[in-house]
Amino acid sequence: MAIDFSPTDEQRMLVETVRQFVEKEIFPYEAEVDRAGDVPEALGKQIRDRAMAQGLYAANMPESVGGGGLDAVSMTLFDRELGKATWGLAGYVGRPSEILMACAGDQIDRYLTPCVRGERKDCFALSEPDAGSDAMAITTRAERRGGDWVLNGTKHFISGVGTPDFAIVFAVTGVEESGGKGGGRPRKRITAFLVDRDTPGFEMRRGPRCVSYRTYNNYELSFTDCRIGADQVLGEEGAGFDLANRWLSGTRILVAATCCGKAERALTMATEWAATRKQFGQTIGRFQGTSFKLADMATELRAADLLTLNAAWKYDHGTMTSGDAAMAKLFASEMLGRVTDNALQIFGGMGLMEELPVERFWRDARIERIWEGTSEIQRHIISRELLRPLES
Amino acid sequence: MKVLVAVKRVIDANVKVRVKADGTGVETTNVKMSMNPFDEIGIEEAIRLKEAGKATEVIALSAGVQQCQETLRTALAMGADRGILIQTDAELQPLAVAKLFKAVVEKEQPQLVILGKQAIDDDCNQTGQMLSTLLGWAQGTFASKLEPNGDSLTVTREVDGGLETVALKMPAVITTDLRLNEPRYASLPNIMKAKKKPIETLTPDELGVDVSPRLKTLKVVEPPPRKSGVRVSSVAELVDKLRNEAKVI
Repeated sequence: MAIDFSPTDEQRMLVETVRQFVEKEIFPYEAEVDRAGDVPEALGKQIRDRAMAQGLYAANMPESVGGGGLDAVSMTLFDRELGKATWGLAGYVGRPSEILMACAGDQIDRYLTPCVRGERKDCFALSEPDAGSDAMAITTRAERRGGDWVLNGTKHFISGVGTPDFAIVFAVTGVEESGGKGGGRPRKRITAFLVDRDTPGFEMRRGPRCVSYRTYNNYELSFTDCRIGADQVLGEEGAGFDLANRWLSGTRILVAATCCGKAERALTMATEWAATRKQFGQTIGRFQGTSFKLADMATELRAADLLTLNAAWKYDHGTMTSGDAAMAKLFASEMLGRVTDNALQIFGGMGLMEELPVERFWRDARIERIWEGTSEIQRHIISRELLRPLES
Repeated sequence: MKVLVAVKRVIDANVKVRVKADGTGVETTNVKMSMNPFDEIGIEEAIRLKEAGKATEVIALSAGVQQCQETLRTALAMGADRGILIQTDAELQPLAVAKLFKAVVEKEQPQLVILGKQAIDDDCNQTGQMLSTLLGWAQGTFASKLEPNGDSLTVTREVDGGLETVALKMPAVITTDLRLNEPRYASLPNIMKAKKKPIETLTPDELGVDVSPRLKTLKVVEPPPRKSGVRVSSVAELVDKLRNEAKVI
């Protein structure tokens, strides 16, 4: 069959396991941590340990390095279930950056393996105050000094749960001689570095509070004459962006998949409410104003699911383009915005109360259109893919 | 000790069951199916016996349509060693299932057979008892605790008046109650391992069992809708209503 949407036995059981894990180990704590604005260390550790016992930790990493070895479609189904929970807690079901697969030599034992085992935690440090969507505008630089590198600059919005043990830092290490394409600004050479938290000259502090995922931390990292060895370069000097781009599409599928899971959770709650809440002598689901909303929510969710699975399927077959991942991320995150807004509307005043998780879903959904590439950047990627072949 | 555990594919416990429009049964198309929860408890108990070094092999057994393979696969992912499916599209009633299981028991020679006390679809609560009778084996039904010691088995049973403890000689048939254990869910590595575990398929004909139904379903109907309650203002009024309206005291 050319198009087969049925999951395999393994995928079906995987979904069941993640679903039960999330319902048992995460849902009961969501409201309290969100209210407190912080995750107690013991709770984070408990989620991490139990995820490890279930083999759910580092499920995204290849089996050869001790990970779960799931393909992109299975990982998408996994993330869809995990995504139903708040990132502030789901983040403890660890997911090392796939970019760490570029580790070589003793970097494998120092960074890659401990991350897969949950002994160390990485963070991905690309964004800067003046370089968000325009990632090429980063100004953090690394200069050679003797055999070492010296880092200077600031990173922000470096998000994750708990406190990272080291950062994967992107820094400018030079300018290409040939200059940029089409006579634009000169193309920077960007390199990825592995920088341990205790390196002198490396400071890390909590960033401002975020309205979405209140307990998902974001850090500001600053580097002041931070000296690191030549063996801290991840991949090749000057190849940092290629390295990042190789897996950025994967994280866009991840965002799309989690948005689908979150939308399903909101839709389920809204549907149950519409089927039981009575006004004017009948359930509000009997009013077209409510029922048609539900129909639209379900339809859009289905569309987002199919877009996301299609991108993942193409990823597994080596045919996915940046546009495929961008379409999934764009549509799923915008769909989640509409679905959570409609869910809140169906709940009426109760939807805004902290007694129900609906207001949290609505708040949390907002960041999905911003991180991992804003909706505007996704549209840019998609449109470039359309136009580029026709432009001379 | 070889342990055989029966697993039934039933409508998932979270699904709101609907009666088919023609009254011949309940709607099963596009309905989520899962392993009978009492059977999950049975699998869990068998795996725990194996982990404790008391069981050598755990075999999951199911009877029914081809999709029961999914249920067996779940049992394998939880930790059972292999599966047996008696495949048939025929409607299976408890007596037929008990006869099929008896044939498998004779073939496999387990020392212990564990079944759920009942399946949450038809709630019959018959198969375990029938199987033990057909085999002439001891039975410990509604078990909330199992302690094997050598050739015997101490079983704590949940009975109406409280708990009853019985000592059984093995081989024996056990049916599980809710409090026997809390079943695990399959870990990712075990899900992957389950793929390679064997499932043997048999048919009622091969086992020489006539599965034709002995009971006839006349009609399936929805239970009458519950009437809304009334608020009473005092204990006296409550007692009065219970005595004179409901006539229960």
